[in-house]
Amino acid sequence: MLALTLPRRTWAHDIQAGWKLGALAIASALLFPVDDLWVLSAALLAVVALHLVSGLDVLRYALWMMKPIVFFAAIIGVYHLATWDVAAGAAIVLRMLLLVALANFVTMTTALDSMIAVIEWLLRPLRRLGVNTHAIGLAIAMVIRFTPALVQKGAALIESWRARSAKRPGWRITIPVCLLALDDAEHVSEALRARGGLTTRNRT
Amino acid sequence: MERNLTFIALFAALIAALGLLPKFTLMSGIPITAQTLGIMLCGTILGARRGALAVVLFLALVAVGLPLLAGGRGGLGVFTTPWAGFLFGFPAAAYVTGLVVEKWRNGNLTLIAGVASLIGGVGVLYAVAIPYYMVGADKGLLEATITMLPFVPGDLIKAVLAGVVTQAIWKARPEAVLSRG
Repeated sequence: MLALTLPRRTWAHDIQAGWKLGALAIASALLFPVDDLWVLSAALLAVVALHLVSGLDVLRYALWMMKPIVFFAAIIGVYHLATWDVAAGAAIVLRMLLLVALANFVTMTTALDSMIAVIEWLLRPLRRLGVNTHAIGLAIAMVIRFTPALVQKGAALIESWRARSAKRPGWRITIPVCLLALDDAEHVSEALRARGGLTTRNRT
Repeated sequence: MERNLTFIALFAALIAALGLLPKFTLMSGIPITAQTLGIMLCGTILGARRGALAVVLFLALVAVGLPLLAGGRGGLGVFTTPWAGFLFGFPAAAYVTGLVVEKWRNGNLTLIAGVASLIGGVGVLYAVAIPYYMVGADKGLLEATITMLPFVPGDLIKAVLAGVVTQAIWKARPEAVLSRG
């Protein structure tokens, strides 16, 4: 499974993930209460420039990621046109596009493993409370491994349904998909236990 | 411990898989994704705590940039829209759904799981999503509710289906329905 990271490295990849996430949090908090159209437009231009500095392909990728948001932005825009409240509508739409574009930029330029490293760092205080953070890392790895496997098995189930029935596969397909997940969970837990199980102490 | 962990991880994967599978129509004519059905099933099958943890794990992986939301979306951007209240409401929805199934012991599991999904997966979810949208998009209660109205019929259908699916799982793998264990 591919993450939503850009397929190539940019200057922004070299900045540490923690800094990028911190900057994103601060920028989002600062932008959220802003209603002034000039400030918002200037900020949007700055964000577009941020993408362009990294390359035209980066901007194109960002626009592709924004696609579903644009649809909702259009709904809000049309509503405000209809109620003659254009300035307020423009501010809401601009702010939304800004916040999403900034957050997506961080996602695009941060590798999956550096993001997971940030999660592990954030979870460190939990260790003192006796939480097994090693188990959390293992759970993350399992989801990454099993999601494509489940999708593949589910797609095979849908195919075999189509081969046998003229009707389209309906909600009933969720039952065998669920059973597949449950059986996988049982097998993996047995396999883990057979290999000594989860150590209760955190590895250092 | 191992069993809890693998069930939580596999259900996080299941939520993702239900959103990513090639489109299957849930009811004729209404194209809705099965992702919220996955959230409800986390509660009805895993129970309150494990269900909520599976959902949190799923959301964490979306946040770090995996395209696990229905339609292959993901990344930090999906958490900054005014509709992100649905995502932030998911863990609470699964928790309450699981809690109802755990507490309500006697009776038909289809009914129990269906009602639990209605309370948690629809009631609690919208109780988080609507106020969040009101703040995020600067709207009043009435307008926010009207905006969300088109999603309600699909979610009601999913609550019923969650009941039916839970009963089917209970029949096939009673030992795996941890909420009843």
